[in-house]
Amino acid sequence: MLEIVGLRARVGGKEILRGVDLTVRAGEVHAIMGPNGSGKSTLAGVLAGRETYEVAGGTVTLDGKDLLGLAPEERSWAGVFLGFQYPVEIPGVTNATFLRAALNARRRRRGEPELDAVDFLALVRRKMKALEMDEAFLHRSLNEGFSGGEKKRNEILQMTLLEPRLALLDETDSGLDIDALRVVAGGVNALRAPDRAIVLVTHYQRLLDYVAPDRVHVLSQGRIVLSGGPELAKELEKKGYGWLQTAGTAGAPARS
Amino acid sequence: MSDAPPRTRDDETLAQATSGEYRWGFVTDIESESPPRGHSEGVVRYVSHKKEEPDWLLDWRLKAYRHWLTMKEPTWPKVTYPPIDYAGIFYYAAPKGTSGKPKSLDEVDPELLKTYEKLGIPLKERAALAGVAVDAVFDSVSVATSYKSKLAELGIVFCSFSEAVREHGDLVRRWLGSVVPSTDNYFATLNSAFFSDGSFVYVPKGVRCPMELSTYFRINAAETGQFERTLIVADEGAYVSYLEGCTAPKRDENQLHAAVVELVALDGAEIKYSTVQNWYPGDKDGRGGIYNFVTKRGACRGRRSKISWTQVETGSAITWKYPSCILQGDESVGEFYSVALANHRQQADTGTKMVHVGRNTRSTIVSKGISAGHGQNTYRGLVRVLKGAEGARNYTQCDSLLMGDRCGAHTFPYVEVRNPTARVEHEASTSKIGEDQIFYCNQRGIPAEDAVNMIVNGFCKEVFRELPMEFAVEAQKLLAVSLEGSVG
Repeated sequence: MLEIVGLRARVGGKEILRGVDLTVRAGEVHAIMGPNGSGKSTLAGVLAGRETYEVAGGTVTLDGKDLLGLAPEERSWAGVFLGFQYPVEIPGVTNATFLRAALNARRRRRGEPELDAVDFLALVRRKMKALEMDEAFLHRSLNEGFSGGEKKRNEILQMTLLEPRLALLDETDSGLDIDALRVVAGGVNALRAPDRAIVLVTHYQRLLDYVAPDRVHVLSQGRIVLSGGPELAKELEKKGYGWLQTAGTAGAPARS
Repeated sequence: MSDAPPRTRDDETLAQATSGEYRWGFVTDIESESPPRGHSEGVVRYVSHKKEEPDWLLDWRLKAYRHWLTMKEPTWPKVTYPPIDYAGIFYYAAPKGTSGKPKSLDEVDPELLKTYEKLGIPLKERAALAGVAVDAVFDSVSVATSYKSKLAELGIVFCSFSEAVREHGDLVRRWLGSVVPSTDNYFATLNSAFFSDGSFVYVPKGVRCPMELSTYFRINAAETGQFERTLIVADEGAYVSYLEGCTAPKRDENQLHAAVVELVALDGAEIKYSTVQNWYPGDKDGRGGIYNFVTKRGACRGRRSKISWTQVETGSAITWKYPSCILQGDESVGEFYSVALANHRQQADTGTKMVHVGRNTRSTIVSKGISAGHGQNTYRGLVRVLKGAEGARNYTQCDSLLMGDRCGAHTFPYVEVRNPTARVEHEASTSKIGEDQIFYCNQRGIPAEDAVNMIVNGFCKEVFRELPMEFAVEAQKLLAVSLEGSVG
């Protein structure tokens, strides 16, 4: 479903991704792990179309269609969802207004009728309940004054509303206490479906205790240096990333 | 001798239809010519004579004119414009003829028509707004008439200023200049000498005006000219909500607009004055556009009276305007809610003055400035608490939103407190619509322009909710149209 081949990307002239290859099939959950600065967030950003990243080579296709040529909103319409590491605050715009705008932008695109306020509320309330979110969230300005955990829950809420084909969750587990982590993981698990792919970008193994991945990849210095099953995450948890610097270099080109 | 275009038969028909005189069978000497360009006592007399004004009003105008000659144009506003050639202006534009006007919509700038369409203005009204002669204007006569009789039953006077001078001279004489004296400031004084027309409202004791009063319904509003004068008096316990302007960009040949608005609220009275201003802002490079130099002031004369200004200012090349409240009555309340937009090369220097005179007077100021393109937006506000204003309170919130990095936002809050029991609060913020906000919206499938509209509407929410419902909806659309092309 998602096919990344030889993806290279730069930020301010500096090459961060140096040839990433990755295939994710529908129905799968993949985890991308790696030390800080390995390019995990850059990968998520490039897939979503963030302009600060300059694509320098390679291809990305979703269901066989080129993704890199599309504007961010077009990727969204195609089914790409990015759960932000740092969700953005928009003062004065209530969560409800934002969620409805996002939902209706998609429905318009698909030629479906827009949801009116009543139908929207019924839908969003149902979803919020599952995430143990208070309804008061709807009437607060988007992410403004939200705690870290509230922001992340809000990202998951948006994901469940938008029902993406490909969900990229960038460090969604960071800054969560154990209860919030459990709720967020529950949200992700609920979205696992045969026609959907989920990519978890994470530094820690913690989230993977709750969301069992089908595949785990280690990103280091802009390349995927190791791939394996769920056991790889456990190993990383035990040994950290340091050992990769030596063990992982066996098949990888030397670093300067 | 005159530089004015010769008048034709059509001009007269239109002049009659639009001056309000037609309905009342009032005949004037429409054959005579307009005065030449430039100002003089002769021109003041001419204007007054054309309007068949009583002597007291002529004297009032003359006094203003003589004073104006001694005044200097203010230079303190944070705006720049080439010198205005006061000798080159026509000070009395008689109801305009069809000569300079488009004959049909086919002759109107297609860009303007596109804007009307986006704003959802009905077809027949578009023609009138674009300055096309006749039809639509006639259409509204019946609307205006039925509206007026309903008000008359309640004793409410709502008419053009000229008509008020004729029919309600005593009321006009009593209140004219009582809030903005004829010698107040350069532009107000100019207006006092040459004011063309405007609106007059009087709401009698204890009467609550059952509908929003709007100039939109008044057929002669189309020809009020560049020196508009509005006077609204709410007698004891009265209430009135007045809507000024229209969201459609008006076509106008006059570059300088110096209007005066005076409000008087007596004991327990309340006046709500809402403005949507969308005069021609000039093109993207700042050519053309209206200079909107307005003096608006309300006096809360009575105990527990209230005056509330709400404005959405998106038009004009230059805006210079500070709707103010003089809180004289004990426990009187003044409010100012403002959204001012400066896009492209627009410049806005706007804000308010709250002068606390009476005891336990309260004022609220909420100002939202939006700058985009090369726009320069200045908030200038004065909160003055006089010695006797025991227990006065003010809350000021002043927010600026920037789009792009070539525009500017400036804030000049002045606070003068002479009573130690006063409480004055000021909050200010400046934010920028960030790439990250836009990207976040894009990622959720919301295109950039929709995202900007949503963010801007969120920013302006506290002001929009003060507007009457249908005005609020129009104002939102208007902002969207005014900001088009300012992203991406």
